[in-house]
Amino acid sequence: MSYYLDDAATNTLLAKLRQEYRLYAPKRFPLQGRFSDTDTIRYTEVSTLEEIETQEKSTYSAKEVVSPINQTLFYFTPDEYRETKEASDKPILVFLRPCDIHAFEHQDKIYLENGGLSDSYYARVRSKLRFVLLECPVGFDTCFCVSMGSNQTDHYVMALRREANGMSFQVKDAALEPYFSGATTADFTPQFVTANANKVVLPQIPNKEVLNELKSHPVWDEYDARCTSCGSCTVACATCTCFTTRDLHYTQNEEVGERRRVYSSCQVAGFDEMAGGHIYRPTAASRYRYKMLHKYHDFYARFQETHMCVGCGRCTDHCPSYISVTASIAKMSAAVAEIIAKKGW
Amino acid sequence: MENIVKPSAHQVLEVIQETASEVTIRVASDITPKHGQFLQLSMPKIGECPISVSAFGEGWLEFTIRAIGRVTDKLFALKPGDTLFLRGAYGNGWPMEQLLGQHLVVIAGGTGVAPVRSLLQQAAQEPHLFPSVHFIAGFRNSENVLFKQELETWRKPFNAFYTLDNEETTGFAKGFVTQHLDKIPLAQLEDNYQVLIVGPSAMMHFTSLGCLELGIPQEKMWLSFERKMSCAVGKCGHCRVDEVYVCLDGPVFSYAAARHMID
Repeated sequence: MSYYLDDAATNTLLAKLRQEYRLYAPKRFPLQGRFSDTDTIRYTEVSTLEEIETQEKSTYSAKEVVSPINQTLFYFTPDEYRETKEASDKPILVFLRPCDIHAFEHQDKIYLENGGLSDSYYARVRSKLRFVLLECPVGFDTCFCVSMGSNQTDHYVMALRREANGMSFQVKDAALEPYFSGATTADFTPQFVTANANKVVLPQIPNKEVLNELKSHPVWDEYDARCTSCGSCTVACATCTCFTTRDLHYTQNEEVGERRRVYSSCQVAGFDEMAGGHIYRPTAASRYRYKMLHKYHDFYARFQETHMCVGCGRCTDHCPSYISVTASIAKMSAAVAEIIAKKGW
Repeated sequence: MENIVKPSAHQVLEVIQETASEVTIRVASDITPKHGQFLQLSMPKIGECPISVSAFGEGWLEFTIRAIGRVTDKLFALKPGDTLFLRGAYGNGWPMEQLLGQHLVVIAGGTGVAPVRSLLQQAAQEPHLFPSVHFIAGFRNSENVLFKQELETWRKPFNAFYTLDNEETTGFAKGFVTQHLDKIPLAQLEDNYQVLIVGPSAMMHFTSLGCLELGIPQEKMWLSFERKMSCAVGKCGHCRVDEVYVCLDGPVFSYAAARHMID
């Protein structure tokens, strides 16, 4: 069923939901952006409608709800590894856009399925997630979700549209229906973006010969000058999962400490550095190539379902050097076509 | 739900000083790895690192460690009675199904001897497993030779040939292992052989090329890869090469697959 609630009634609903659920949504943090006088919009626990940014794309993706940028795995005492616990057993309603819902399927592939091994830190939160679809008011300027097939989804328990003085709701999960008893019904089904200003044509890499030829193609050279290897693109990325384990001990007592999992980035120098100093990708260009091929070839080659990108455009939004991922894809596809034509593969 | 990154505590039984910068640590453990597998060694408040099993037996495991990084420096300082945290074993290990019954050729460089040591020990103890074993090991110099006594005992059961990069001494020729690939009596092995190559990446690269030049088919050559790893369970992403995760799909790869794997 679909319903309309004005702002006050929506807040009453959220208060009721909070008795059974934790609510996570994109929230605006004024003046906390990466540039002067800009805001940042990131996921956090919310309690009121006013806290939820419904109109703009969030600066960071919803992945942080499940895999935070910095997470303690164990507490150490002199002879024990003590596993951290979840703060709450309540299920989580997370408010997010279609691309970010799709992105969780990509995250699941790594954390829950890769190698047939399931990561308990991810699983313990992921199993509690219920998706609340935030309808996109428009396709945002760097989005290319239609090209990536992530503009639509029916994988949600409830959908929302921001109206002038209230909210439209589509409820798909029967467990949520009682919260709307007595509410005004409405004729609302969420609409999906069906065209973006940005379109991409993904490279068709037919074999390992073309793949390896592409790795040494001059198409990557420009990124040596442009990419600063800051890793901002991968932190913002809805699908990137890489992390590094970091141990620490407390200054006050060196006997006790923590093991943490922190986001890592294949774009940052040292990601592949082994003990002893051997490095496989010493240049920004080689690291950018590694990321792009993972996104648009390697991930699909491993899991045979989707590419590791939902077209959210956050990497482009974040790049301090204005590297556009859609332009990079176009150049990569042209290079592949050139290799195939030249070599006759 | 099982926590796949939680290590368990094991007691250090013995620490053997191999060289000035390498030790072998024996720990009490009921883990029974396959030849060529590795474990994550964990030092609380320092970190974790993947280390090959260099030998194992009833109730114990051995790791041979070079003090070369944050974690290994600490491992180097362990004493008998200390606690070492472990998880694993991980990886595929050497392809025993393809190896058993075939002539075995092993070419190892430096600490690369560690991941083939348990296999060679078994081959020496159970000579019926392989019709013949040909072992070429290279070290930088006489001070870097690992498992010295064991290398001597292997001269009898195996066709063993040892070399040092820059010097010649009793029992050791001079030169890289690639300069001594002619010590493998390929003609006598007919087609029934498999070649294991393990060592630093440049050594593996040039040894593979040398083997190809000798006419060894790529599907008979097996390489053991080493990569940075944080989790060893296919989550952290550090060891990925193309669609392959070295921790899950390796560390051992056929050269037919490995030759395409460009990081």
